[in-house]
Amino acid sequence: MKKDDKFMPKILAFLCNWCSYAGADLAGTSRIKYPSSIMAIRVMCSSRVDPILVIEAYLRGFDGVLVAGCHPGDCHYQKGNYYTRRRFVMLKKIVEDLGLESDRLRLSWISASEGQKFAKVSTEFTEKIKELGENSAKSEIFL
Amino acid sequence: MAKALKINKNTEQGILEFLRFLLENNKVKGVFTLKKISKDGAVAYSLITNPDELNDAVPFYPLMPVNGGKLLSRFTLKGSAKKPVVAVVKPCELRGFVELIKREQGSLENLFIISFTCGGVYPLKMAVDGTIEKNLSKYWDTVKKGEISADLRSACRGCTEFTPYTADITFDLIGNNDLDKKCVVFLNTKKGEEFAKGMKGEFLNKELDRKELEKLKSKREVEKKKLFDDIEVKEKGIDGLIEIFGKCIGCHGCSKVCPICYCKLCGFESSDFEYRPSNYEADFRKRGGIRVPPRTLFYHLGRLDHISISCVGCGSCEDVCPVDIPISIIFKKVGESVQKMFDYIPGKNVEEDIPLITFKEEEFAEVEE
Repeated sequence: MKKDDKFMPKILAFLCNWCSYAGADLAGTSRIKYPSSIMAIRVMCSSRVDPILVIEAYLRGFDGVLVAGCHPGDCHYQKGNYYTRRRFVMLKKIVEDLGLESDRLRLSWISASEGQKFAKVSTEFTEKIKELGENSAKSEIFL
Repeated sequence: MAKALKINKNTEQGILEFLRFLLENNKVKGVFTLKKISKDGAVAYSLITNPDELNDAVPFYPLMPVNGGKLLSRFTLKGSAKKPVVAVVKPCELRGFVELIKREQGSLENLFIISFTCGGVYPLKMAVDGTIEKNLSKYWDTVKKGEISADLRSACRGCTEFTPYTADITFDLIGNNDLDKKCVVFLNTKKGEEFAKGMKGEFLNKELDRKELEKLKSKREVEKKKLFDDIEVKEKGIDGLIEIFGKCIGCHGCSKVCPICYCKLCGFESSDFEYRPSNYEADFRKRGGIRVPPRTLFYHLGRLDHISISCVGCGSCEDVCPVDIPISIIFKKVGESVQKMFDYIPGKNVEEDIPLITFKEEEFAEVEE
């Protein structure tokens, strides 16, 4: 797919309640600019995100899926994000092995004080997805 | 201490003798094994308590009606066996059972496991039309020679995990030229030695001969690579996946027979999984149409996500598929690469955690961006 400057991706972001969502909040209250491509879903912990939710989002046509949680060691529930990490590693591998675009999936650790980082991750990820173009699953009828 | 037992009978008679010995001496109260139910080759797993019923038992029959691990799980799901029971299962069935135990879907208590080096099984269809009986002598010839029998389940042709890991007793079949004359039984555990005590035969100090097994393993590796390469999922991306899974009629048979898919209430079968009118509307708008019923690919990818970490590669899924989707090869291919990442062999060790419920603090740092 060609690079299209007008193309604004739709990115689904699963943000953990204690760190990443607060980080996104901070970005907002600090008036840091970040792209409108991000659609946030707040989850209590990044380990709440069953990889199946990510697959579903991908097949339903989201151009990118971001999962964000607390930094390792900082999880509100002690170790949730360690499980997230393993699941995400697995999911990426599965997606890669099937020949789907694993670059459309991203895992990031964003703490409650990292409004700046949230904006950075959003911008970077959006740029990357813009390069990749639209998710071809979006127009598949025969899913 | 003796590590092996030589019984002066052919292997088929040898195991029946052994099972009868266990029953008659009250070492076990029941035998879980394959039993013939008709002359044309149909067999089913049965729990036998009467020694006379063992006459029709065919423990090494090259057919897997249902993965035995799944059946053992059903047998012990609501509580472990009250009295000792011996189960004769194939290596992949045993591994499936171990994976289920890790998921608290069964118990090894009071179960005594006999397994064997497995030459693979034929597709179920061959038992339905009776061709399996004609192939039996050919099958045992190839097992003796340590070769891959033709017409096996594709999963079996490419199976490299045909030696049991956690069996109490192992019968060695592969590359064993004397199958018709004698029967050598390896006693892997204390429990195995105890059960064999008093059995007629010669106790030896002998280990399982790995040389023949390695030879077959390398042949199977080649076959596996060929099977994996033929699938070509990776090259074609989402269009390739649609091509492969588009044939699916949605019977969910693959999940029903899968030893790892154990949920009694499957999300993919609940009414929540059904599309609502608004979902259809959204898809019509977005895609200009949608396959009915929708979400076939999601079902398969979802299942892959759920079970690939523990897939034992038994091939049941593919065998029951009415439209011949090469599910088992795809699952095995993806499964193996996922398992490799966590250095995990499903069913190898009952004490080892499933990789997804454990972690190390310092690992996979590169996945975070």
